[in-house]
Amino acid sequence: MKLELRGITKRFGALTANDHIDLTVEPGEIHCLLGENGAGKSTLMNVLYGLYQADEGEIVLDDVVQHFAGPGDAMNAGIGMVHQHFMLIPVFTVAENVMLGHEKTGFAGRLDLAAARKQVREISERFGFDVDPDALVDDLPVGVQQRVEIIKALSRDAKVLVFDEPTAVLTPQETDELMEIMRLLKERGTSIVFITHKLREVREVADRITVIRLGKVVGEASPTATNAELASLMVGRSVELTVQKDPATLGASALQVENLSVIDARGQVVVNDVTFDVKAGEILAIAGVQGNGQTELTEALMGLQDRVTGTVSLDGRPLAGLSTRKVLDAGVGFVPEDRKEDGLVGEFTISENLMLDRSEGRPFVKGGSLQLSYLSTFAEEKSREFDVRSQGITTEVGRLSGGNQQKVVLARELSRELRLFVAAQPTRGIDVGSIEFVHKRIVATRDEGIPVIVVSTELDEVVALADRIAVMYRGGIVGIVPGNTSRDVLGLMMAGEIPAGIELEGSAA
Amino acid sequence: MSENVSTNNLASSAGLPPTEHNHPDSDSGLARVLVKSWKAPIAFGIFALGAIILFVVFGRDGDSTFRLSTDSDLIQLPEVVLPTRGTGLVISFVLVLLALYSVWLVSRARKVRIWLMAVFAVLFLIAFLAWASAGQTLPVPGLLIGTVSLSVPLIFGALGGVISERVGVVNVAIEAQLLGGAFVSAVVASVTGNPFVGLVGAIVAGVLVSFVLAAFSIKYLVDQVIVGVVLNVLVTGLTSFLYSQVLTNNAAVLNSPPRFDRWDIPLLSEIPVIGPTLFRQTVIVYLMYIAVAVVFYGLFKTRWGLRVRAVGEHPQAADTVGIKVNRTRFWTVSLAGAIAGLGGAYFTLGSVGAFNKEMTAGMGYIALAAVIFGRWDPIRATLAALLFGFASNLQNVLGVIGSPVPSEFMLMLPYVVTIFAVAGLVGRVRGPAASGKPYIGS
Repeated sequence: MKLELRGITKRFGALTANDHIDLTVEPGEIHCLLGENGAGKSTLMNVLYGLYQADEGEIVLDDVVQHFAGPGDAMNAGIGMVHQHFMLIPVFTVAENVMLGHEKTGFAGRLDLAAARKQVREISERFGFDVDPDALVDDLPVGVQQRVEIIKALSRDAKVLVFDEPTAVLTPQETDELMEIMRLLKERGTSIVFITHKLREVREVADRITVIRLGKVVGEASPTATNAELASLMVGRSVELTVQKDPATLGASALQVENLSVIDARGQVVVNDVTFDVKAGEILAIAGVQGNGQTELTEALMGLQDRVTGTVSLDGRPLAGLSTRKVLDAGVGFVPEDRKEDGLVGEFTISENLMLDRSEGRPFVKGGSLQLSYLSTFAEEKSREFDVRSQGITTEVGRLSGGNQQKVVLARELSRELRLFVAAQPTRGIDVGSIEFVHKRIVATRDEGIPVIVVSTELDEVVALADRIAVMYRGGIVGIVPGNTSRDVLGLMMAGEIPAGIELEGSAA
Repeated sequence: MSENVSTNNLASSAGLPPTEHNHPDSDSGLARVLVKSWKAPIAFGIFALGAIILFVVFGRDGDSTFRLSTDSDLIQLPEVVLPTRGTGLVISFVLVLLALYSVWLVSRARKVRIWLMAVFAVLFLIAFLAWASAGQTLPVPGLLIGTVSLSVPLIFGALGGVISERVGVVNVAIEAQLLGGAFVSAVVASVTGNPFVGLVGAIVAGVLVSFVLAAFSIKYLVDQVIVGVVLNVLVTGLTSFLYSQVLTNNAAVLNSPPRFDRWDIPLLSEIPVIGPTLFRQTVIVYLMYIAVAVVFYGLFKTRWGLRVRAVGEHPQAADTVGIKVNRTRFWTVSLAGAIAGLGGAYFTLGSVGAFNKEMTAGMGYIALAAVIFGRWDPIRATLAALLFGFASNLQNVLGVIGSPVPSEFMLMLPYVVTIFAVAGLVGRVRGPAASGKPYIGS
């Protein structure tokens, strides 16, 4: 099926998210939509899927103009979508999720689950998936959940399949498998729109590439273009693809974590007997697919988890078992992975957010009252230093872009006297300019002689920043390897395997 | 501290296959340790101690008689006579043993199963009944029949709550729906002289209350709990006003509804104990049995139920497969109101026979507790409602036979049971994920 978007424009108030976008996807091609976070890719696809109504322009399928009032219409017209955040109901089984919305029923309105199971098995077989129709979605690994999404779309005879940032949650190996699936779908005649900001993936599968910047189509590119060409097209200027950093000057071992385990409320060992150390002036990156215990590990360091066993010491002083307040006072800076949920109070101003974890006393508070003049001087200074772009320090943080929000968090944490800096997913969902800035600040922090832990699911980021890399899988550390370890090896380790011939730290000593 | 962690297999399980992987709801591949919960042994210990103090130290002499049949029964069961002090002594001893057994279980990192709690509770109850009715005769069928009667509005209300929460709208307005149903059914049945028309009136009243709840919470995104509470106050005020201004002056025309007659179901009603309890009731009670079954079947076996649950769990996912989230919510909440309204009719057409000011007396809130205690499941919520009904009726029966417990304390009983049940036994449970959250489409 041939899909054409003609002059699609979508405005949210004063913001034009999509500005006269034209896009043509030929039958049986993989068309990449490349653009930064916030460039308007997802908005465009939500318009296509009927979730948003376009202010101008039209959607044409096989030369017929379509009017989608909702996702139901789009699906009936043959458009399927694999969402970035899976649209699956966690407490339902695979079969129930697949049948939802077009259920077959038998006597007395009884759901025909057998038919749904059969359909799941049929489609799984066709594409070589191994999916149990009776498994609860909640129990499935994310890679399999994504396949359930694909099955869901295919069960409705989707002719155009939209993948919205599908690789964000996958291991490199799972990503390769997904690429295989995309090629297979293409061979069967499905048109694919593949939305991403990762250059390597684009060049691997795309037949054609359309680049979007600030809501506008800025050009087409062929898959043979170099990374640098694609990146400059995407960002609008030439971009440093690697982080400039000098070799680390290592100091003494500063943070020592021994046999740390975290048990969650259900009794699962989410962090399992983890031992590592970080030296002063070193970046230890913790790599791994989302949900392998990284979140709980950083929270345990910060005193945010109950049921922690093992020891943590910073510069010789014990850190485990302290309250979060005491951990902060010990000089630990923390960038949480979800800045909107844990890092900032969206309804507070920039200056209020800058003093969130320093409301205990001087210089921000004297005798129980806020020192507002000091705060505004401080906030002005930090906004300038960290290049927070806003209308002023009294702007609500919730109204800033992701990149500027992250700069506020960074400014708050780095303006204290630090002895350890923990950054979890420091560049998730922010624009390339901000990513460059955040990376520079992290390296600068290291160069001041502060031990740094960076938790990231993005292999690019891990490789760019790390002096050493610890790979986590199912709550444990698979191994700690030098910063120059190849991606293939890291990819295997992220799936829990240790490739032969790889020297792990500790095993050699 | 009632929880700690057994760490014995922590170190050994590093990198090895999961040690305790028989947990049914997990396939995450993580090792597991059992988080020891001392809740049950502590509760058992307290109750066993209470049993010793009450039934042994302050034990009463005489015989307790349990009557198992009513006079009209075809098959007459003999009365059971127990020596009060002896019964208390034996049961207290067994309770202490059970408490020790639970301590042993938890110390060995095993779970205290639900059946053990049930056995413990039943034994304690028997001992308590024997103690309270020393030298008296306790009519067991009466106790049970009253339980069902008092539970009817609770069960209807809880069903309304379950449906509504399953679709993602917290239904605090059950009280208003019950009261509205009671009022309208009384007036309609009085005017028409037909209780069945009254039932229809009750349904309409419940639906109207739901319309307000649905419109404000779904369309105008007002906080659902606040709308619910305001509706309760509003309907209470409105019915009280109309009652004192209109109904009392024209009681003969407007507030003397015909009541439903009792229908004995042939054969079934002759089963000892169960027959009189379940099958010598009015048509509203039989409707209730049907409602419980239909709601269960509807929620878990039909397309409607699948969609309702999808909307309550993850409305955005439901939206992306073409389900109209807010429309589904609106009509499901209305249905919930219809069912709760039906329960309101039981007050006027089933038991009392006339409308009274604030006659629901907080039953709607207890029904809400039953929804949570029943974990948003229609069958479990029904059982929870029966438990609360039993506690209410126990208070009545013990009041009649003259128990040594002060009546003020007995009045507290249903509410104490509610608090303990919801806070202590339920613990952390997961309701429908999107319950209480308005869905703002894109």
